[in-house]
Amino acid sequence: MPDPSSGASPALEMNGINKTFGPVKALRGVNLRAYGGEVHCLMGENGAGKSTLMKILSGAYTPDPGGEVTVNGTPLPHGNPQEARRRGVAVIYQELSLAPNLTVAENLFLGEEIGKGWRVDRSEMRRRSQDVLDRLGVHFSPDTIVARLSLGDRQLVEIARALASDANIIVMDEPTTSLSAQEVAKLFEVIAQFKREGIAILYISHRMNEIFELADRCSVLRDGTYIGSLEREELTEDALLRMMVGRDISTFYTKDKAIEVDDHDIALRVEGMSDGRRVHDCSFEVRKGEVLGIAGLVGSGRTELARLIYGADAAQSGKVFLEGAEVTPKSPSDALDHGIVYLTEDRKILGLFLEMSIADNIDMCVMEQDSNGPGVRDLGAVRARAQKAISALDIRTPSSRLKVGALSGGNQQKVLLARLLELQPKVLLLDEPTRGVDVGAKSEIYKLIDSLAKQGMAVVMISSELPEIVGMADRVLVMRDGVIAGNIARAPGAPITQEAIMALATHADTVGGSKHQPLTEGASA
Amino acid sequence: MSDATASQTVSTRERFRSYFFALGMLPVLVLLAIGFHALTGKFITVSNLSIVMQQASINIVLAAGMTFVILTGGIDLSVGSTLAAAAMCAVVASFWPLGGIVGVLAGLFAGLVFGLANGAFVAGMGLPPFIVTLGSLTAVRGIARLLGNDTTVFNSDLPFEAIGNGSLLGVPWLAIIALAVVVASWFVLKRTILGTWIYAVGGNVEAARLTGIKVSLVLLFVYAVSGVLAGLGGVMSAARLYAANGLQLGQGYELDAIAAVILGGTSLVGGVGSIWGTLIGALIIAVLSNGLILSGVSDIWQFIIKGLVIIAAVALDRYRLKGTSNT
Repeated sequence: MPDPSSGASPALEMNGINKTFGPVKALRGVNLRAYGGEVHCLMGENGAGKSTLMKILSGAYTPDPGGEVTVNGTPLPHGNPQEARRRGVAVIYQELSLAPNLTVAENLFLGEEIGKGWRVDRSEMRRRSQDVLDRLGVHFSPDTIVARLSLGDRQLVEIARALASDANIIVMDEPTTSLSAQEVAKLFEVIAQFKREGIAILYISHRMNEIFELADRCSVLRDGTYIGSLEREELTEDALLRMMVGRDISTFYTKDKAIEVDDHDIALRVEGMSDGRRVHDCSFEVRKGEVLGIAGLVGSGRTELARLIYGADAAQSGKVFLEGAEVTPKSPSDALDHGIVYLTEDRKILGLFLEMSIADNIDMCVMEQDSNGPGVRDLGAVRARAQKAISALDIRTPSSRLKVGALSGGNQQKVLLARLLELQPKVLLLDEPTRGVDVGAKSEIYKLIDSLAKQGMAVVMISSELPEIVGMADRVLVMRDGVIAGNIARAPGAPITQEAIMALATHADTVGGSKHQPLTEGASA
Repeated sequence: MSDATASQTVSTRERFRSYFFALGMLPVLVLLAIGFHALTGKFITVSNLSIVMQQASINIVLAAGMTFVILTGGIDLSVGSTLAAAAMCAVVASFWPLGGIVGVLAGLFAGLVFGLANGAFVAGMGLPPFIVTLGSLTAVRGIARLLGNDTTVFNSDLPFEAIGNGSLLGVPWLAIIALAVVVASWFVLKRTILGTWIYAVGGNVEAARLTGIKVSLVLLFVYAVSGVLAGLGGVMSAARLYAANGLQLGQGYELDAIAAVILGGTSLVGGVGSIWGTLIGALIIAVLSNGLILSGVSDIWQFIIKGLVIIAAVALDRYRLKGTSNT
């Protein structure tokens, strides 16, 4: 393993990378360095900017002007995926990018088919594929149709594709999310082999044990900013957690005081909710006036759980009780009838009708109330309702007739909230209520949630932003791999800490700093 | 404050864009009419415009139904066949000794049945509308031929012939019916809960479901509307001809209807569009046909020109979508 301090030139150097999406600064002056033959782990909360950084490396995104990416000593042009691949950069994304209907060999050379002119040389492709597969030591043949492979094997095909293009910088973005223990062990063997071959590996993961097993170095991003790097000897859970969540909790919204809740006032009770895939036997309850936070990593099953409760997806088993009576919604309209509403995490794709007016969007669930005659809308009443909501929630718009698509993210979110509130719900399921919302609108949304809870609504708030959860919630459930991994309650003098949540979410049992828990017996780094 | 002014300019731009595409085809219509008049000297006359209106009327009615369907992001390819089958039903029923209205009701009822069948497959079984209605395009054509034993059914004493050939204060009944359909469609789409649901389903079907809208009911409704209006088209066409023929009647009408909807600025993806646009689109097609005939263009070239207009319309649709996603 080359020693970075000895002056060996890095395989990859990223300097001063900035990236803005509209009003959101996703990356601010990030620096990263990776050396051949080392595993460089990248950590950070959801939305810290890891994936964005990697997409800039692969050329999928163009960074803001000023940043520099250098591969093997020469600068890499921005926003050019072909060039990046030619120079040996391979990114293996979370969502697999294979064509499932084609064979392994065809996938390995997709877009770079070997042949003369327009003729594809299949036997040469098969031969070279076999070489790569042998190098990885896998058992399937190049002629296998990818759709027949397990998820783990597909991951290996992705890696084989990187090898086939002679990559010397390989990025793996949460490669183990959908793998079984044996498949993870196999993957780690492959990574060890890459190290011996002098390939630089950038490894993104949330899982502490993997980091401890693999990392030669670990860099941490937080809110798009590079926080620092730790050498293998310096790695402790404590240090990593501290770097990931930071210390600036108080800058966020903080609940003014814990609300007195009566144990008898249970609004929503969920019993044994399962969908057989992403959610397993989840039970919890929320009291009137309580804000229950649900934390967990992306993919831990939080959204899936909320959608099951709302009746948006079919549950395999599980019951929902509202104020003691079983309701278990079969469909969203069923849930709405009972006063359970759900704010989707993706307002543009799952929530709003962007081409329709603000007034129509707000009125969508209560149109019957604003109609005279059978089904004929009273547009005056619709506009009056919209106007009331616009001033109540302080939605910044010149007119309620404006298309929702023309509003800023924060105002769009308020419109969606307004629609739900018109139903005067008993239970609010909020999924990432402040995603893609600017700071000002965020604090307004927090105040709104707080006041709704004070009016007696039960609020379930799913969030990936730990400061938000810590600031808002009376109690926090932490989900991991589809189960509720823990329940942290706010107690006098003992606030909920981000470290405690992260520890539960990443399966590090102690926050004190135990090191090196091998993930599987067979793997060796 | 600057936020508000920014969204103000955005809204003006948005509004301009929507006017541009709702009215955008109106200048085209006017220019075409003036152009043909300049070319032939006899286009803009009361009698010719009345003929244009008459010729456009059936397509307007079909295109109104098609607008409902396309607003949900679907398509109904079966309207031409449904029109033929409904016309057969209307003429056959006109022989029954129950009075003139029976033929009309029979035609409308036949259209409703075929529309509901399409809707049941699309909404109930979740099959793609293109495939379902492509199937019924063929199947219903067969039924239409079956209804008259594959012959032309003729009734020189057609009790409801006034629909096709009469007029009220000089305005042909065909045109009055077509305009009434447009106004009724406008009311349903823009003033009722159901209409709002139609736009919502077309704009974002998953959001509509999560909002508690009964998406399958909405889909069933739009295909039923398209069927009933195709049935009405069949009645109108039978009334004009005193006859119906299962093989030839309504051949290719679905394409004219779709072309009218797209020319009118309704997005094929759904969620965006208006019935007034459809009216203008249908008039453009009628003006083109009539004007080309008056100009002495051979009917072969008429086909080619009309086809190119449809392609130009789809190109416009693309351009418009690109425009909206940029803002």
